[in-house]
Amino acid sequence: MNGSIRAKAIVLLATALIVSADARAQLASAPDTIGARVQGCATCHGRAGEGSRDENFPRIAGKPAGYLFNQLQNFREGRRSYPPMNYLLAYLHDDYFQEMANFFAAQRLPFAKPEHNVTTAAATTAGEQLVHRGDGTSGIPPCVACHGPRLTGIQPGIPGLVGLHSRYISAQLEAWRAGTRHAKSPDCMQEIAARLTEAQITQISAYLAAQPVSDAVLPAPQGTWKTPLSCGSQP
Amino acid sequence: MMKPAVAKPMPLLALAIALWCATGSTGTRSAAVQAQTFLGADQPLAQVIKRGEYLAYAGDCIACHTQHDGQAFAGGLPMVTPFGTLYSPNITPDSQWGIGNWSADDFYNMLHTGRSRNGTLLYPAMPFPAYTRVTRADSDAIFAYLSSLKPVHVPNHENELRFPYNNRSLLYGWRALYFKEGEFKPDPTRNAQWNRGAYLVAGLGHCATCHTAINALGGSSDAKAFAGGLIPMQDWYAPSLTLNREAGLGDWPIEDIVGLLKAGTSPRGAVYGPMAEVVHNSLQYLTDPDVRAMAVYLKTLPEHQAANAAAPDGATQVSASVLAKGSAIYQAQCSDCHGTDGRGKPPGYPPLAQNHSIEMQSAVNAIRMVLNGGYPPETAGNTRPYGMPPFAQIMTDEEIAAVVTYIRISWGNRGQPVTVGEVNPLRQAPLFD
Repeated sequence: MNGSIRAKAIVLLATALIVSADARAQLASAPDTIGARVQGCATCHGRAGEGSRDENFPRIAGKPAGYLFNQLQNFREGRRSYPPMNYLLAYLHDDYFQEMANFFAAQRLPFAKPEHNVTTAAATTAGEQLVHRGDGTSGIPPCVACHGPRLTGIQPGIPGLVGLHSRYISAQLEAWRAGTRHAKSPDCMQEIAARLTEAQITQISAYLAAQPVSDAVLPAPQGTWKTPLSCGSQP
Repeated sequence: MMKPAVAKPMPLLALAIALWCATGSTGTRSAAVQAQTFLGADQPLAQVIKRGEYLAYAGDCIACHTQHDGQAFAGGLPMVTPFGTLYSPNITPDSQWGIGNWSADDFYNMLHTGRSRNGTLLYPAMPFPAYTRVTRADSDAIFAYLSSLKPVHVPNHENELRFPYNNRSLLYGWRALYFKEGEFKPDPTRNAQWNRGAYLVAGLGHCATCHTAINALGGSSDAKAFAGGLIPMQDWYAPSLTLNREAGLGDWPIEDIVGLLKAGTSPRGAVYGPMAEVVHNSLQYLTDPDVRAMAVYLKTLPEHQAANAAAPDGATQVSASVLAKGSAIYQAQCSDCHGTDGRGKPPGYPPLAQNHSIEMQSAVNAIRMVLNGGYPPETAGNTRPYGMPPFAQIMTDEEIAAVVTYIRISWGNRGQPVTVGEVNPLRQAPLFD
């Protein structure tokens, strides 16, 4: 190859590279943010985790980061069985889960209005009783003992119980009973849910979903109260 | 690029492994030391084991031989087939349940002939029609690696195959039709890089296991090699690697093929469905030269004629109302990420325009992506993947058919319209094992 042909070839090659680089540069890239990366969650949990009207899916904005991280792991490892989530998370790793969890935990978004309570007043009263005082005869501790006097949850691993759909709450308690939802051992919620009757699950779910919720609701800092049970998800 | 060590037989190694295994699964460490003295300084066992580990990644052994939440290589993964459920066996060096009492010869014979140590014919869920291409040296290295693992004392699970498929003698017929035994023979008219790629794709990579259509007998024909097909029971379509209108790679730059295979993402799209697993558990661990060699080989596969080459323009078969509906859904749900012009924001938000995966004859994958969404696998080359949400829970079959039809015929895409009848059954497609 003589010098002039080589020079032409280099110019042509360089031009080709520049043109192809240009063709790609014209296209905007997706925003380099975690918010843009978690749009895979949007159709069920809302764009920033604010929840949706679909009663099957929970709001995840503002939940404790440790709790969210544990759930991502539980879905990936199959401890929590919900195929659409198991499928989405199958090939993602812990560091990325932590980043996703931190993102949703940091979101401060207004809550939707509490659900209109469709159960009877008697059932709601029973729900209130269970949530605040438990059922000593069946060995069911009150929800507030761990989830807090205002049901806000506590860092890092115990979620708030307000601002959720009753159908979602009852489905989770049922899943624990049926063994399709597990948490890290010791799995306190599994032990408790196993002692609940179906009627009690309905009562608790209806009561919780009907509670007014302030936008200022945040999980309490770690150590604010002492939880009575030793649970794998709360160090 | 062929590694010189790959082509050389290693009788000393085989002997070393045989001795090492003869000591049983409990004496692994001392046996390894013993083996070392046989091998000499030029072939340290540790190096062979390391190469075996690499080759085990290339063969994606772990994917089938490990249960969810189970111990690596201890088997037990249920594999649902049209003929019943098979359970992968334990391939750790446990002497009762694993391959602790196997010799390197047994292991090579199994890979090469599809017969287990005791002569039992293997079901082709074990991709021995591909593994038969693996060289003796590579087989020995993989065996050395598996033998170096901690034995896991987990019993094997009986297969649950329906009559008549539970009769293994039927496999004689199957093998006569579909199995051709024989190590890979390099093509002397091609260079070393091409041959290395061909070896990896045809052998350990066992790409044809999915990317060649499987017929009713669970076999695939050479004439249709890499021509694509629906993966039984998984309900994902493994696109043709030879058809430029599918995943045919003839017009892909090598860089993009390498990116897709190794990082799981490229400016032309990301891997999803079963291929996400393949990249996550196997391809991402391969060296750049090996993945590049595979890309070079794949690009040269002969192009097949498209079955629907003469099909009418998809756009002319769609009613104005379906198109309007599809367009409205697209603008509301998809255009934020994929753009009103379908060009996306690659690589995070892939382009849909001129995307073979959207245009290809089977609409199964496009429908499933809308139904189920997906995250590409997390890899060293794509540590924080962008995800697509599922729409199954917020869209009707009609809506999904309309929007997938719209995507398949817009922006110059040459796909065919999609019917409601194609969408509905895919709602029941398995998602997770």
